[in-house]
Amino acid sequence: MKKLEVVDSERCVGCQLCMFACNRRFGGGGLAKSAIRVRSTGGVERGFVVIVCRACQDPPCLKVCPVDALSYREGGGVLLDASKCIGCGNCVDACPMGAVFWDSERNKPDICVHCGYCVDYCPHEVLELREVQE
Amino acid sequence: MNQLTKVLHIDLSKRSFHVEDRGDLFQYYLGGAGVGINLLNENCPEGADPLGLDNPIIFAVGPLVGLYPLASKTVAMFKSPLTGNLGESHAGGRSSVSIRSAGYGAIVIKGKSSTPVYLSITDEGVRFRDASGFWGVVNSVTVGRIVRELETGSGMRTIMRIGGAGERMVKYACVTTETYRHFGRLGLGAVFGSKLLKAICISGNHSVDVSDSSIYRKTYDEIYKKAVDSPLMKKYHDYGTAANIVPLNLLKGLPTKNLTSASDPEAESISGEHLAEAYLGRRIACAHCPVACIHIAALREPYEKELFFYKTKMIPYDYELIYSLGSMLGVFDPDGMLELIEEVEIYGMDAMSSGVVLAWATEAYMNGLVSSEDTLGLDFKWGNTEAYLQAIEHIVKQPNEFYTALASGVEAASMRYGGAEYAMAFGKNEMPGYHTGAAAHIGHLVGSRHSHLDTAGYSLDQKILKGQEMTDEEIVEALLAEEAWRQVLSSLVICFFARGLYAPELVVRALETAGHKVDEAGLNRLGLEILREKNRFKMREGFDPLNIRIPKRVFETKSSRGMIKEETIRDAIRGYFEKLAL
Repeated sequence: MKKLEVVDSERCVGCQLCMFACNRRFGGGGLAKSAIRVRSTGGVERGFVVIVCRACQDPPCLKVCPVDALSYREGGGVLLDASKCIGCGNCVDACPMGAVFWDSERNKPDICVHCGYCVDYCPHEVLELREVQE
Repeated sequence: MNQLTKVLHIDLSKRSFHVEDRGDLFQYYLGGAGVGINLLNENCPEGADPLGLDNPIIFAVGPLVGLYPLASKTVAMFKSPLTGNLGESHAGGRSSVSIRSAGYGAIVIKGKSSTPVYLSITDEGVRFRDASGFWGVVNSVTVGRIVRELETGSGMRTIMRIGGAGERMVKYACVTTETYRHFGRLGLGAVFGSKLLKAICISGNHSVDVSDSSIYRKTYDEIYKKAVDSPLMKKYHDYGTAANIVPLNLLKGLPTKNLTSASDPEAESISGEHLAEAYLGRRIACAHCPVACIHIAALREPYEKELFFYKTKMIPYDYELIYSLGSMLGVFDPDGMLELIEEVEIYGMDAMSSGVVLAWATEAYMNGLVSSEDTLGLDFKWGNTEAYLQAIEHIVKQPNEFYTALASGVEAASMRYGGAEYAMAFGKNEMPGYHTGAAAHIGHLVGSRHSHLDTAGYSLDQKILKGQEMTDEEIVEALLAEEAWRQVLSSLVICFFARGLYAPELVVRALETAGHKVDEAGLNRLGLEILREKNRFKMREGFDPLNIRIPKRVFETKSSRGMIKEETIRDAIRGYFEKLAL
């Protein structure tokens, strides 16, 4: 199994192309459905951080879902069953990385599934899809 | 659900807002410049005081924002306090994506607040927030830091703000966004200041629908691939616009020491190559741009009084800043030039106007038109960075009549003190960094923003230098066609660096995925129509192209294409406006 890794955030220029790519998986534009986010480290003069699910082996978000909408993903992280999700937002609060985002249009979380689609649109080699080490 | 049709109207006097659907405008004019000029016409009464409550501030974005790479600009329209007619300025950063994600295609701000405010704009509307606690903070970077802590939406927002120059209504004060991008030219910062508007934070979470997902993704990949593979884009990624210093200097088209010369043997020291090797600390990008042309120098400075105590300043540089605060002032020491850039960044003033104003002041001082009493003891001479640094502070604070004149722009200052023949402004806007030949200067004079970016005449001069044969009439036709097409690009808010990539045929296909059906001929007609509307606004506000002042210096210093004749320029201006047929 593979997972998405931020290999060097110092190379990130803050272009947000990964965010747009993630959103495009659902067909459209904008950033509402993106499960990866880039923000400055407190002002763009000091560079950027890339925030995305780190594929926990024991995901905190999974433990707090009251309706079992989240299930363990082989290789780490979780998969969302949107039909079960009641939009409580517990998963957002539980993630210590702040890597569960909120789609306010659907009232559901945006969580990375480690598909690697964003990697192909990062022009500056910040992201990689890597085999999960045992 | 294409939310681009919504216009957010904000009244600062009444502290109220409402949203209006203007599908009519966006359907016909696309967005950006086209929608902007129409909203300006609707909201700016004839003869309005640019610094009075009637002058509206308009921001507009376009239908490709949030969908495709490099559709990354926001167009601001207002009446310019510097020129007294059309104020139009474009900036990137995250501004356009943030405005569209908040659910708006355009924002119109009118009136004047009774106390300092900043605006927090989201998809839920507008909050008027008290800014009296940080009115008076002159450093625009600090203002950004304050608002960043007060507001949510980190990474998904734009924070537009003014520094000390905007508050004190320096007529070429800029509005800064995301620390390093600017609505630079024509004085939007002064208009913010006149309204006691310190900052605007905009964020939202709306998606953008497309007509057909699979065609959209295919078109996206085509544009993305072109952007990352293009040699032009690589040049801007490697060195940024500063890559142009060496070629322009070699061509003898780099205005130097107030255009007393057009090249300098020392220019190499402020070139993009040297800055990249010795200073480059980081490159950053506007939202949705793979190029990352924004180059930031890391300048390490020791504190004088304490050993091993340093500060590292992160200072953005671009061609135009290096020209105006470097070669134009005879500052070829890169440390000094970067410090001057830092100073205008902090106060939030247009770098080009600032440099040109100081260049005129230097010559006026050397010629005895201005005394050391006027300069408050500053010894203006080429390369004197220390004097220029202090002068920038004086321009903001305006301690006497001389510095108040400098804060009004070079044209106004020369009217008061003389030296108009070397007051380097076109249409009252300080000149950009090109002395490549007649085409560049015709472009500066006829261009609706008096910017090098209106018509790119400098590029035409260089084509002619490379052997392309053109009559004077063909030059005028080419300038007009270029400016007309650029109205289409700036209505789509596509970055002009990507103009080669977004060919008309591709624009038509991209627009189709965004729900707009229009053909190439229709786009060309629209471009010309928008250009005419902008010029009609200019004329309404008193612009008179046939009697425009041309500083004599243009005809005295040899350009890349040789000496320029006034008659050539005047004929071309006449020809341009005949062809524009207002």
